[in-house]
Amino acid sequence: MRPILLSGHERALTQVKYNREGDLLFSTAKDQHICAWFAHNGERLGTYQGHQGAIWTVDVDPTSTIIASGSADNTIRLWEVKTGKLLKTWDFPTAVKRVEFNEDGTKLLGVTEKRMGHLGTIVVLDIKVDPDAEQSDEKVLTIVCEESKATVAGWSYLSKYIIAGHEDGSVSQYDGKTGDLIYNVNVHELGSPITDLQWNQDRTYFITASKDKSAKLITAKELEVLKTYVADTPLNSAAITPKKEYVILGGGQAAMDVTTTSARQGKFEARFYHKIFEEEIGRVRGHFGPLNTVAADPTGKGYASGGEDGYVRVHQFDKGYFDFNYEVERERLNRLAAQGGK
Amino acid sequence: MAPSYETLRDENLDEEDFDYDEVDVSDLKEKYEVQLEQGYDTFVVIDGLPEVTEEQKPKLVKFLLKKLNTVGKTSEDAIFMPFGDHGKSLRFAFVEYSSPAEAAAAVRQLDYSPLDKKHTLRVNKLTDIDRYGREGRIDEEYTPPTIEPFQEKEHLRSFMADPSGRGRDQFVMYRGDTVGVFWNNEKDQPENIVDRPHWTETFVQWSPLGTYLTSVHQQGVQLWGGASWTRIRRFAHPFVNLVAFSPNENYLVTWSNRPISIPDEGHPQLSIDDDGKNYVIWDIETGKPIRSFAQQDTPAGPDGEAKKPAKFPWPAFKWSADDKYVARLNQGTSISVYELPRMNLLDKTTVKLDGVVDFDWAPATVKREGVKEYEQLFCFWTPEIGSNPARVGLMSIPSKQVVRSLNLFSVSDAKLHWQSEGAYLCVKVDRHSKSKKSQATTLEIFRIKEKGVPVEVVDTIKDTVINFAWEPKGDRFVTITTTEPVGATAVPPKTSVAFFCPEKAKGNAVGNFKHLRTLEKKNSNAIYWSPKGRFVVVATVHNTQSSDLDFYDLDFEGEKPESDKDLTANLQLMNTADHYGVTDVEWDPSGRYVATWASAWKHAMENGYHIYDFRGEQLREEPIEKFKQWAWRPRPATLLSKEEQKQIRKNLREYSRIFEQEDAERISSADVAVVQERRRLLEDWYNWREVVEEEVAEERAELGLPADPVEELLKAKTAEVAPNGEEQVIEEIMEEVLEETEEIVN
Repeated sequence: MRPILLSGHERALTQVKYNREGDLLFSTAKDQHICAWFAHNGERLGTYQGHQGAIWTVDVDPTSTIIASGSADNTIRLWEVKTGKLLKTWDFPTAVKRVEFNEDGTKLLGVTEKRMGHLGTIVVLDIKVDPDAEQSDEKVLTIVCEESKATVAGWSYLSKYIIAGHEDGSVSQYDGKTGDLIYNVNVHELGSPITDLQWNQDRTYFITASKDKSAKLITAKELEVLKTYVADTPLNSAAITPKKEYVILGGGQAAMDVTTTSARQGKFEARFYHKIFEEEIGRVRGHFGPLNTVAADPTGKGYASGGEDGYVRVHQFDKGYFDFNYEVERERLNRLAAQGGK
Repeated sequence: MAPSYETLRDENLDEEDFDYDEVDVSDLKEKYEVQLEQGYDTFVVIDGLPEVTEEQKPKLVKFLLKKLNTVGKTSEDAIFMPFGDHGKSLRFAFVEYSSPAEAAAAVRQLDYSPLDKKHTLRVNKLTDIDRYGREGRIDEEYTPPTIEPFQEKEHLRSFMADPSGRGRDQFVMYRGDTVGVFWNNEKDQPENIVDRPHWTETFVQWSPLGTYLTSVHQQGVQLWGGASWTRIRRFAHPFVNLVAFSPNENYLVTWSNRPISIPDEGHPQLSIDDDGKNYVIWDIETGKPIRSFAQQDTPAGPDGEAKKPAKFPWPAFKWSADDKYVARLNQGTSISVYELPRMNLLDKTTVKLDGVVDFDWAPATVKREGVKEYEQLFCFWTPEIGSNPARVGLMSIPSKQVVRSLNLFSVSDAKLHWQSEGAYLCVKVDRHSKSKKSQATTLEIFRIKEKGVPVEVVDTIKDTVINFAWEPKGDRFVTITTTEPVGATAVPPKTSVAFFCPEKAKGNAVGNFKHLRTLEKKNSNAIYWSPKGRFVVVATVHNTQSSDLDFYDLDFEGEKPESDKDLTANLQLMNTADHYGVTDVEWDPSGRYVATWASAWKHAMENGYHIYDFRGEQLREEPIEKFKQWAWRPRPATLLSKEEQKQIRKNLREYSRIFEQEDAERISSADVAVVQERRRLLEDWYNWREVVEEEVAEERAELGLPADPVEELLKAKTAEVAPNGEEQVIEEIMEEVLEETEEIVN
C-alpha cells in the first residue's frame, strides 16, 4: 500500500473530502486555495482561487457539480467543479468552520465561529445544483449556539436533523426544518472540543472525534453512543469506512504542545479500529505532523489523510485489508453464503 | 467517598446569605483585645505539703523551689502559701511560673512526685482547679463509662486470600486524581478492587506488611484497609509531608516542614505541648500521638561558619527490627535511642559519639555467635577528627556496648549497607590519597553472625561507586561504578556493573567474597534485586537517552564457565527490555513480576507502566495519562515453617503441573468468552442496522421521496452531459512496476 503523496499545499491541511464516486478528492488548507485531485493517481485537476484567508472546510454535492467552501475570510463560496468558476459568495460576520450539503445537495449548512461579540451559529442556505442558476441570498435558517459554540455540524438522513458537535464536548440534535434544539447530550469529556463529525453512508449514525483522545459512534435519531474508540492522543478527525466495518482515526499531539517531541512521541499515525469490536487493528505511519483530517473513499477502496505537515496522503487498500476478518465475522459470512446458496 | 475530615472543614458556609451588617466580631474582639488581666495559665496549685508555721515556711519554700525549678523558672516571690487562722499553713501553695508551657511541664513532671517519705506532691493547673474543683462541676456520684458493644472488625489481612485462588498480588495505582487498588492479572487488564477519586492529595504508601494503605492530606494522614477499604485510623498532623512506619506496623512517624501550630481552640489529637514540633510519633493501634519532636538545625561547622544544610535525612527516626527502639541521629554529636512504647530516652541519656555522621539499625534481629542476651544492633561511623582515625562501630542496644569497631584512615565518605537478614554489613568507604587528588573505594564487609565479627576487605575500586545492593536473604551483591565524577551532567556517565559472590567453602561456611564479573560501557544506574534473591534487574532510570532493563539470573542452571567453578554463582543475562522514560522499578513481593513505570511526577513523556515476569519477558504495557505512582502491596512474612517450605520446593514440579493446567484452562475459557462476546456484538450490530434501515426506508416512502435520493439526480446529470445517450470512453494507461533491480556501477 504505497501512498500517493499530494504536495499541492504549502500549509497545514484543514479538510479532505471525496466525491460520491470516490474518483475526485478535494482538499483545503490554510494556504487560501482549494485543490481538486484525481484520487486514483494523484494528478491535480485544478484549484479554486478566490478566498482571502485560511480555508477551513469544503464539501461537494452528490452529483459532483458544485463545491462549497468555508473560510477565515468570513465567506462561504460556491464553485463549479468542472471549471473552477466562482458561482456565489455569502458573507458572514465571522469565519466559517464547516460546510456540508444535505443528502440531495439542495441545502447547505455552514458553521460560523464565535468571535468579536458574535455568537457561533449554524446557518442553512438553499442551493440550486446548477452552475447557471441564480443562488438565493437568503438564509433559510439560523441556529444560534448560546451555550457552547458549534465546531462541526452535519445533515442526518432525510435532512431530518442537523447534528452539531460543540466545543464543550457535547452533541446537539436540531430539527432540520425549524432549527429547534431537540437534544443536547454530553458525550465527550467536558471541555474537550469535538473536532470532527462524519457520517456513515445512509447518514443514520455518525462518528465524532474529540480532543479527549476518543472517538464515538452515535446514532442520529436518539444520539445514543453505540461505540467508543479510545486512542492515546488527542484526535482531530475520524471517518467510517464503507464496505469494511472499520473506522479511521487521525490526530497527534498538537504542534503547539510539542516541545521535544520525536516522531515516536507525537503519535502522528492514522489508526484503524474495528467499528463493532472497538479494538485497534492497525496503524499507518507517514505524516510528520498531526493528522488534521481523514476521509474514507465512499467506494471503500482507500482513504486519504491531510496533515499539519502540508501533505495529503492518498492510500489504496491492498488485499490484506479486504481479506482481514475476525473469526466471528468469517463465521457470519460463511453462514450468509450458505443461506444464499440455498 | 471523599476521604475528608468533615469535622475539620468549614464547608457549607453559604456566603451569599451573609448579612454584612450583622457580622459578629465578638470572637475576634475577644481574641485581639489587650488582656488586662493576666491569664491563670502560668499558675499551678501544689497540694500535699506538710503543715508548717510561719517560721518554718522559708525553709519549706527553699526546699520546694529546688524541685520546682527543675522544670521551669519560678522564685520565692512567686510562691504564695496561705495560712489559716491557727497560724499554720493550709498545706497547699500557689506557684507562678514564667510561662504557661513551664506550668504545663510542672503538672506533667512533678505531679505525684514525693517530697519526703510522708508527703507526696500533687500539682494541678490553677485553671483546672477552677474548672473541676468547684462544687457541682463534677458529678458526685461515679457513673461507670459506658462500654461500647464489641463490633467485629474486618480482617485486615483478607487481602492475602485471592478470591481467584491464584495467589495474585495486589498493587495500588495513582493516576490523575484517582487512586485504585488492583489484582495483578499478568497479561490481562488488572482486576479493579477499589477506585476512588481524590483518595489522597500527594501520594499513597503501603505499610511495611501491607495491612494499611496510607493517604496523605493537608490535614493529616489516614490509614485504610480491610475488605471494604474503610478508614481505619487518622492522624491529624497538619501539612504533613512524609510518613514512615515502624517495621512491624506498630508506630507511625509523620513529618512536616512546617512546625505544628496549635490553634487557640485546640486540636483534635495534638496538645499544646506539640506546638512548634515537626515530627510526631504515633501509636497506630490507639491512634494517639506518643511524642513529638522539633526539627534539628544542622550544627555549625567547627570553624564557626554555618555549614550548608545537609540533604534532609529521611527517615529521621530509624526503627530497630522489632519496633522496640527508635533512634535519631544528632548530626556530629550523638544518637538518641528511645525505648518504646513509652518513647523515653534509653537510660535517660543520648549515646555520645563525637562526629557521628550516619547510623543504621540491623534490619533483622541478629543472633551473634556466643551472645545469649537480647540485643538489637546498629552500626555507625565517625569521620577523622584531629589525629583520631575514622571509625565504624557496631553498637548493641540496650547495653550501649560497642561490640565491634574498625578504624579507618583517609576516609572522605562512608555508606552503610546492611544485608536484609542482618548477616552482613558492607561499609563502602571512599578514601582519598594523601594529596586528596585521587579517590578509591573499598568495601569492608562485617560478618555479623560469625565469631568475633570478622571484617573482610573485598576490593579496591578505583572508580566511584554510585550504587550498591545486597541480594536479599543472600550473600551476593552488585555494584555500579563510574569513572566520571558524579554530579549533574548533561550526558549521564558511562557505568560498569560488577557482580560479587562468595567462594565455595566447606560445610555451611561462607567463603571469601570474590569478584564474579564486570560489565562495562553500560548506562545503568539502579539495582533492583528480587525480594527472594537470585534474580536482579539492573536498570537505567531517569534518563532521556536510554532506558535499558537488564534481567540477570545468578543461579543459571545451564553450563558454568570454568573460571567461575569455585564461585557460588553462575551469572546469565536472561533478557534486556526497554521501557522508554522509565522512572521507577519495583518487584512484586513474591518475586514473580516486575513493574516499571514512567511517572508524571518526573516527566510528562509516555507515562504509564509495564509489567515483566522475572525473566524479563514483557507481559503488559499500558500508557496512562498522568500516571503518578505504582506500589505493590507488601506481604507479611510467611507462616510456613522451614520444613514446610522445603516440602513445597521438593514438590514444585507437581504443583507447577497443576498450575499450568489451570492457566491453560483459564486462558481457553477466557478466549471462549471473548469470542462469544464478539459474536454477540456482531449480532447486535447487524440487527440494529436492519431495524434502522427499515425505519428509514419507511419514513422515506411516507415522505414520498425516492429510495435513493441521488440516483435520479445523477441520471439527470448524465443526460445533460451526454444528451444523445452516447458514452464517452476515457482511456487511461496504467503503469505497474514489475521488478526493480539496483545495480551499482563502479
